[in-house]
Amino acid sequence: MIPSVKQPLSGWGRFPSEDCIVYRPEKRRELDTIFEESELPHFIARGLGRSYGDTAINGGGGVISFLRLNRMLSFDDEEGVLECEAGVSLAEIVETFLPRGWFLPVTPGTKFVTVGGAIANDVHGKNHHRDGTFGAHVLDLTLLTPKGKVMTCSPKSHEDVFWATVGGIGLTGLILTARVRLQRVESAYLRVDYRRLSDIHATLSAIQETDADYQYSVAWVDCLARGKSLGRSVLMLGNHASPGELGSRKGVPFKVRAKHKPGVPFDFPGLVLNPLSIKAFNAAFYAMHPTSQGKIIDYDTYFYPLDSIHNWNRIYGKRGFTQYQATFPVGHEEGLIGLLERLSAASCASFLAVLKRFGPQGPGLLSYPFEGYTLTLDIPIRAGLLAFLSDCDKHVLKHGGRLYLAKDVNTHPDVFAAMYPRLAEFRTVRRKVDPNSRLSSRMARRLRLAKDDKA
Amino acid sequence: MSKNSKEAIAILGVTSSIARALAEEFARDGHPLVLAARDLEEAETIGADIRVRCGVETAALELDAAHFDTHEAFVEECLEACGNKLGGVVLCYGFMDAQVKAEADFVIARRTIDVNFTSAVSILERFAEYFTERRSGFIAGISSVAGDRGRQSNYIYGSAKAGLTTYLAGLRNRMFHHGVHVITIKPGFVDTKMTFGLPNLFLVASPEQAAKAMYRAIVKRKNTAYVPWFWRYIMLIIRHVPDWQFKKMKM
Ligand SMILES: Cc1cc2nc3c(=O)[nH]c(=O)nc-3n(C[C@H](O)[C@H](O)[C@H](O)COP(=O)(O)OP(=O)(O)OC[C@H]3O[C@@H](n4cnc5c(N)ncnc54)[C@H](O)[C@@H]3O)c2cc1C
Ligand SMILES: NC(=O)c1ccc[n+]([C@@H]2O[C@H](COP(=O)([O-])OP(=O)(O)OC[C@H]3O[C@@H](n4cnc5c(N)ncnc54)[C@H](OP(=O)(O)O)[C@@H]3O)[C@@H](O)[C@H]2O)c1
Repeated sequence: MIPSVKQPLSGWGRFPSEDCIVYRPEKRRELDTIFEESELPHFIARGLGRSYGDTAINGGGGVISFLRLNRMLSFDDEEGVLECEAGVSLAEIVETFLPRGWFLPVTPGTKFVTVGGAIANDVHGKNHHRDGTFGAHVLDLTLLTPKGKVMTCSPKSHEDVFWATVGGIGLTGLILTARVRLQRVESAYLRVDYRRLSDIHATLSAIQETDADYQYSVAWVDCLARGKSLGRSVLMLGNHASPGELGSRKGVPFKVRAKHKPGVPFDFPGLVLNPLSIKAFNAAFYAMHPTSQGKIIDYDTYFYPLDSIHNWNRIYGKRGFTQYQATFPVGHEEGLIGLLERLSAASCASFLAVLKRFGPQGPGLLSYPFEGYTLTLDIPIRAGLLAFLSDCDKHVLKHGGRLYLAKDVNTHPDVFAAMYPRLAEFRTVRRKVDPNSRLSSRMARRLRLAKDDKA
Repeated sequence: MSKNSKEAIAILGVTSSIARALAEEFARDGHPLVLAARDLEEAETIGADIRVRCGVETAALELDAAHFDTHEAFVEECLEACGNKLGGVVLCYGFMDAQVKAEADFVIARRTIDVNFTSAVSILERFAEYFTERRSGFIAGISSVAGDRGRQSNYIYGSAKAGLTTYLAGLRNRMFHHGVHVITIKPGFVDTKMTFGLPNLFLVASPEQAAKAMYRAIVKRKNTAYVPWFWRYIMLIIRHVPDWQFKKMKM
């Protein structure tokens, strides 16, 4: 049996935390016997721990870190298809392939996530309205099930298991490897247009008007603004830049100057982030981004603004924080506006909220995005917050919306089940690949994802 | 090293995460690699990774440090694999088990000595022959700060590494006169499978940080490199505690 260590683990929000038995295999073969040989009741895989909540923690059970199973296995430079182990990070992919003219097909707002994590949460990016989720670009994957079998799954073979695994938060097996199709780009830069919008109605109509012309679209919303300014925002619209658009950088389209990376060496006291400082930040952001055209911005600054500060989650102090993400279907904009009103009235918002329009839903059984508007914001944990969020959850449900497992810490299982109509199908696949429930996590138990009974 | 910049480098024990990261450093500089490990399948996976990331050629070979009678053939195979154009060799493998186990079971104590020390003599003498003839190249060995002073918690492993350190010092002296450089690398704590889950670690470096420092030390032809550098001073202090006092301590 490979060595393990007991340690407290949490998600990126640093809340909640549980003691877990952590394994960190360095060889592929070490996984073969892990289910069979271990006395532990259950396991969950873990990537870079960038999910905010409790998807990748498992108190009383095992957590299998994939960080050392991060080998790239092959690359087809005609088709842009990368075959790699699940522990490879998106940062490594960008570092390796962007200089050769390839970029991620879909990227979340941080590059410090693994391929396994990107599949298991079927992550989305600013291009969802055009390119769908990460899972849509996975050609196939190999999955080690608790029965000790390695299955190759794809949309054509074992498709039920494939679509349960895409978005399946690690509950169908250990993703060993995947083949992912990258997209061709001509430079490491984006050409970005900004639109400053005075309220939520202007924001929503601008998003709708522009989506067809831009591969990437996201609005940064000042969610402390109230009344007539409710939902004022800066809409940021981008397309990959061609060398011709780069001006003086034309000759070196893939070169980006390395940035100094500051870190957050200690937990900020709760005082630093108070409604006043947050309000000032939001107002400054809005003021600093007037409507403008054609700004050339490097990929790192554009896609990963927060990655330039290591451990930025520590600014929320010891109590941690949560990220709340809700999506409302098209036609239910009043739900979104209602949520904004609740949040701004409670003054519980953080730096910035992000609003985006999702494209059509994909086939992943628990995959999050569906056609509609998605709002995301960080909220520091404080007394009474969880009860407040439970009220928000009911509001979201009432308007046909849903919450995202990559962020969730708090949803009630019944609310969750009502938001995910394909949960029953998911459970059926799970019973097939994991009949003895050897895969579990705090989230799986909390939301009763594995079984429909109350266990 | 710029003269032989595209010569192959042999990495022995590449399934160590330090070794893997070090191999990548050489590959990024354009060196083809010969990757040796007792676990050939993993060595091949690591080779594939380095080929995809860095675009250099790699060959994978099997090497068990404890099988002394295979070493001569191994070195030949290694030279063959790179068309007799080897610019340097880095001995990375090592073996450590819990001290109490090594005390209780001589098989473990012996393996500790054989893998960390005896095998180095058996393998590096053959490489030394080759480099002597070429009058160029380098030999690097990963020893340990544990070899700088015997401590109750780790002295069987530590003494094997001390043997390796002294052996490399002598080899350095001899090879200098043949234009071949020998470097002794002494890591402090590094976050690898050797230390995963061990209690009481401090100032732990990542394998990538350690490998970068090792690579720089090799390129700069250092004689002895502590990795990270501050271990030189920590060990300086530890070495200077007088025996009458040191023996009373619990380290
Ligand atoms: C700053 C920031 C911005 C973000 N922006 C976005 C965004 O724009 N869009 C978005 O969709 N998400 C976003 N996220 C969330 C993040 O992309 C996801 O939570 C992602 O899944 C994290 O990947 P990870 O490697 O850290 O996985 P972890 O958080 O460690 O694990 C996530 C899930 O993946 C499973 N898993 C991991 N590896 C494997 C494996 N090998 N086999 C099986 N299951 C596995 C785990 O069991 C767990 O259920 C953001 C997060 C941060 C911190
Ligand atoms: N980690 C630290 O804090 C630390 C500190 C000081 C020095 N060091 C030294 O650094 C080097 C690398 O170790 P590491 O920390 O990366 O630990 P590691 O992952 O355990 O690496 C040890 C390596 O040695 C190999 N090995 C063991 N016995 C062998 C044998 N009989 N034949 C061939 N190869 C054998 C292992 O192969 P398998 O993968 O097949 O087991 C593995 O590749 C070692 O020399 C170690 O002593 C480490």
